[in-house]
Amino acid sequence: MIELREVTKVFHEGLPNELRAVDGVSLTIAPNRITVLRGPSGSGKTTLLSMIGCLARPTSGRILLHGRNLSGLPERFLTAVRRETFGFTFQRFNLIQGLSVLANVMLPAYPLAPDHGELVARARALLAQFGLKDKEAARVEWLSGGEAQRTAICRALINDPEVLIADEPTANLDSRLSREFMGIMDGLKAAGRTLILTSHDPEVFEADCVDRVVTLHDGAVLDP
Amino acid sequence: MTSDPEKTFGSTGPGAPAGGRVPRPSTWPLALLGLGLVLFLGTLGHAAWRGRQPAAAPGAQRELVARLGLSDLALFTEARYTRHLSQADLHSAFQDHPMALDHFPSASLVPPTPISGR
Amino acid sequence: MSHPLRRQRYLIDFTLASLWRRRGKNLGLLGVYGLIVFLLASVMLFSQALRREAGLLLEGAPAVTLQRLLAGRHDLIPGDYLTRIGRLRGVSDQYGRLWGYFYDPAVRANYTLMVPRDREVAQGEVLIGAGIARTRGLGPGDVLSLRSAGGTAFAFRVAEVLAAEAELVSADLMLVGEGDFRTFFGIPAGMYTDLALEVRNPREVRTVAEKLVTLLPDTRPILREEILRTYDALFQWRQGIVFVLLAGSLLAFVIFAWDRASGLSAEERREIGILKAIGWETGDVLRMKFWEGALVSLAAFLLGYLAAYAHVFLADAALFAPVLKGWAVLYPQFRLVPYVDGLQVATLFFFTVFPYTVATLIPIWRAATTDPDAVMRG
Repeated sequence: MIELREVTKVFHEGLPNELRAVDGVSLTIAPNRITVLRGPSGSGKTTLLSMIGCLARPTSGRILLHGRNLSGLPERFLTAVRRETFGFTFQRFNLIQGLSVLANVMLPAYPLAPDHGELVARARALLAQFGLKDKEAARVEWLSGGEAQRTAICRALINDPEVLIADEPTANLDSRLSREFMGIMDGLKAAGRTLILTSHDPEVFEADCVDRVVTLHDGAVLDP
Repeated sequence: MTSDPEKTFGSTGPGAPAGGRVPRPSTWPLALLGLGLVLFLGTLGHAAWRGRQPAAAPGAQRELVARLGLSDLALFTEARYTRHLSQADLHSAFQDHPMALDHFPSASLVPPTPISGR
Repeated sequence: MSHPLRRQRYLIDFTLASLWRRRGKNLGLLGVYGLIVFLLASVMLFSQALRREAGLLLEGAPAVTLQRLLAGRHDLIPGDYLTRIGRLRGVSDQYGRLWGYFYDPAVRANYTLMVPRDREVAQGEVLIGAGIARTRGLGPGDVLSLRSAGGTAFAFRVAEVLAAEAELVSADLMLVGEGDFRTFFGIPAGMYTDLALEVRNPREVRTVAEKLVTLLPDTRPILREEILRTYDALFQWRQGIVFVLLAGSLLAFVIFAWDRASGLSAEERREIGILKAIGWETGDVLRMKFWEGALVSLAAFLLGYLAAYAHVFLADAALFAPVLKGWAVLYPQFRLVPYVDGLQVATLFFFTVFPYTVATLIPIWRAATTDPDAVMRG
């Protein structure tokens, strides 16, 4: 479904602090599976993830989504693809401070401008699904770690994407919440979505529901 | 501004679960701005309408001016030369001595009388 | 509502929610901004309306006023100058005017005494302007005692108080009979303060004035157009207080804009990164910021302008009264006819809204166009 061909990402090209974050990676991500990118920090997994999710472009190489080449698309189309296909959660949740849980969850849908009532209903359904119904009006600063994580997941799912991408999702969670998180991932897989995670947490890459682990080291894949 | 001041309240969809309507942050501010714009246009209209009745408003005043042959407004009654701005002779500001610059506050509001090219 | 409008509405939703997070600071900003617009708009509306009113009223002033100069100063003019003028072509009427000033030490006010042409004032009687009535607490039937040029006290009985709507031109007027006037000031018979001429055709006024100067070299004609031009220059932006006000306001706008344009905090930068990462395009971020600047400045403009309109035309510019009054004791109470000059309002709108909106956008440009993967990096 997602295919990477000889993807390379170089930062500060030509300058003294040139960095090859990702070097000639070729990879295929299967649909409706949980794939984990594993490796120490500095191995390029976050960079790779951001390229898969259309947040950055590769310096060279190609990324294809359902056979369609993404690397050459102009920003407008890339963003549209990203919105419709991918949902993101970040290591530090990255919720907008000062706004309510509901407002945060609805944010990614704003550029698509759906009917307001319908959007609210959709957001509420998601919150209910993840046990956050009572917290809808709470400010995100007041949430516990687990609640913030689930809010971030709801936000990632608001546009009903095919693929959920999570960068170091358990970095700020304890082991109980990490297991709970992987349970959620399993549920999403059962619902038909594709999941791509990065982690160096054994709770993640050793979980039963994980279908494939890709190990990265210094920007290259160790086991294909 | 592209916002529509007529649409003031968000709607709630047919399948909305418990919780009811969510107020949109932009509802009241946009409504108030819309009101402000309407009032603004109202002031323009009001001024245009009142301006179209020049005879009605300063009626008593215009009559008095014409009948008495008045030449100045009674705005600055501090001194002779500020009271009749148009009639003041060219030396009035220097009544006391040549270096006596204007010492009334109204001098900062009114420029010297223009003299037609002669 | 069509799609693009709905999208803008959502962007506005976010921008307002975002501003509301720091509501104290933002409301304060709106208040100060609005206050500055209020001051500027008040001055603008007031001076426009007053100038226009003066222009309309003084259309009724005499076409030519003839003053006699003695050693460069205004002196009395003999009545037989009227015969020397004779019958000039175009002049429909010519007459001598008697008017002068009186300083009343009791209230430290200056009055303008005048002999009216249109009515006979009985000896010992006076018609006073509403301003004098107010300052000295006089009404019809009361007696006003003034010290004449000869040193004796003159008692005038108030026959009538002039209309209050006419205060702008008559607040300090005292109309007396000719005999009283001459005795009071010690002006001999046959001498007048100045002469006034009415000319039928406005285009002939200058020719008449030129002829007068040739005929009577020691006189100075004052044309109606000069009177009108004097009042058209009232409160012009170059004048003292108005200029300071304008300069101050301009400086304030510059400070606001500069504060906005001087860069983003790390927090703001991060938020823009988040928005882009969750699916907002660069255009959406820019438009959202544009709405922030535009809505705040538009609100400030409307607040300030509407308050100014109410202040000038409903509250009679109460805040300006002390400034205009200066050191005078007599000040006319008048209500201006509402008048709005579209061009000036448009200029005010432009200066209020445009720089601030642009300044809000400038620091965003760089942040909005960078790739969102910077957010991923922590």
